[in-house]
Amino acid sequence: MTISRQDVAKVGLLARLALSEAELDTMTTELSNIVGFVSLLAELDTSHVEPLAHPLDTHNVFRDDIPLPSLTTAEALQSAPRHDGECFLVPAVLNESGAA
Amino acid sequence: MNASPTAPFTTIIGLEVHVQLQTRTKLFCGCSTQFGAPPNTQVCPTCLGLPGSLPVMNRQAFALALRAALALNCTIAPTTKWDRKNYFYPDLPKGYQISQFDLPFSSAGHLEVVDPKGAFAPRDVGIIRVHLEEDAGKSMHDEAAGTGDTRIDLNRAGTPLCEIVTQPDLRSPQEARAWLNELKLLLVYLGVSDCNMQEGSLRVDANINLHIPQPDGRIAKTPIVEIKNMNSFRSVERALVYETARQYQEWQETKAEMGSKPKQTRGWDEPAGITRGQRAKEESSDYRYFPEPDLVLVTVDAAQLAAVQSGMTEPPTELRKALESRWKISAYDSDVLVNQGRELVGYFEELAGAIGEGKVASNWMQQDVLRTLNERGGTIDAFPVTPAGLADLIRRVTAGDFDTSRAREIFAEMVTSGRSAADVVATLGISAVDDDELLTLCHELLAANPKIVADVRGGKEQAAAGLIGQAKKKNANVNPGKVREKCLELIRAMG
Repeated sequence: MTISRQDVAKVGLLARLALSEAELDTMTTELSNIVGFVSLLAELDTSHVEPLAHPLDTHNVFRDDIPLPSLTTAEALQSAPRHDGECFLVPAVLNESGAA
Repeated sequence: MNASPTAPFTTIIGLEVHVQLQTRTKLFCGCSTQFGAPPNTQVCPTCLGLPGSLPVMNRQAFALALRAALALNCTIAPTTKWDRKNYFYPDLPKGYQISQFDLPFSSAGHLEVVDPKGAFAPRDVGIIRVHLEEDAGKSMHDEAAGTGDTRIDLNRAGTPLCEIVTQPDLRSPQEARAWLNELKLLLVYLGVSDCNMQEGSLRVDANINLHIPQPDGRIAKTPIVEIKNMNSFRSVERALVYETARQYQEWQETKAEMGSKPKQTRGWDEPAGITRGQRAKEESSDYRYFPEPDLVLVTVDAAQLAAVQSGMTEPPTELRKALESRWKISAYDSDVLVNQGRELVGYFEELAGAIGEGKVASNWMQQDVLRTLNERGGTIDAFPVTPAGLADLIRRVTAGDFDTSRAREIFAEMVTSGRSAADVVATLGISAVDDDELLTLCHELLAANPKIVADVRGGKEQAAAGLIGQAKKKNANVNPGKVREKCLELIRAMG
């Protein structure tokens, strides 16, 4: 499997990375090498291997539904670039809704 | 416009419902989920997405989600995992939502909706999947402030949600609304969610398009539109009605079919009563889902499933049927009672048990108890008249102590004063009129009304009605039916 320059440009856009033309070239080569390396796995016969959804052999790790102290608002906001003491402030977002 | 038999198309509707699970804490951290707290007071490093924090699954959230899926007749996956859904939005601090992609914990269920008045045929709606995910925070933009900032409150970020996705099985806006009512009732009965739409505990998106038969026998399908931003089930119905008409008109103008453009998202504008176009929907692969490495798998075995199942209360559909067979009431009556919630059904069953009669109890519930509840507000558990107290009143009516209209007055007094029927009867000077009293009264009436007696003897039985009013004036406690019966009997005895 090869990675095209277009693939890299699209992934870059989705990740909000402003890649220069030169960077696109480098990334395309490097990503192709990485994917090519991993694709060695495709040479193995895995038809008898159960799919692995998680590398750890533990499951069902839960916590009880008991409230714990939260941060104070001041603590929560202290690293924000901008806030008004109550909320985080971000540039106006209009006409869009977040996916849930 | 509901899909009438004459409509030149079939309306195809599928729903995507998010319900907030009734937990005390968030899905992956111990922050409270209490609604209405001041902004950013229920946040911690985990739900703020701060470096080094790790999510741990809330046991109760998973249990409630499991309960919902079982009640929706879903198949439960023996193993389930979580995935990261990546997108950038300021109310999503981690830059990804922890959701479920290819291995949701449940799939392939169904929930039927039946209209007891037969406004539409019973519709069994398929459920594609139910999965468990976290909510985002809240963005607040002050339009009036012009180009001001958007304020972000992350109290809601990380709140556990069940996402329920239906098959496109609904065929009219009316059906969609009725089905949502049934879903809400079910989830509230099971204690899965309070489904409070004002507080955002239940949110609905609707997918809709039209199938339009063509002269050549082909079915033309209009592009699918996803409608968002509907704040009540009524809005859902209105938006779907609007969108049905809009799509049909657009079809007539453009002949555009599904696949000719990307799926469109439209927002419902409640005051204007229209839907407006929003951004083009990103393809699902653009979310670049990948397995969430910070959460381990969850497995569910048969024993766990059996435990959840046995701990579940009777869902509304079964409860309706049970009431119908147990108390011999109609489907309409059981629907009215069950739709009022489990507590009211409990009250009804206690009442019906006490008087040994379902239909009479159901009538009192619908005509008197429900009406009083609507007028006074409040819930059935705080109702001033207990089932036993009401049963006592009804028994007195059945025994003929007084008629139903007198009983209503007593009931009203019991509600306001919180006193027993016997107490109210004594204070209002209401006492049962015994047979001797009744007989004396009737003799007096007949003696005082020779004309009425003559009329009745002449064959005009309805003339006896003139005696009832007089009887009531002489003694407010008399039962009109008994007065009439006794008077007629005495007149007949005159030969």
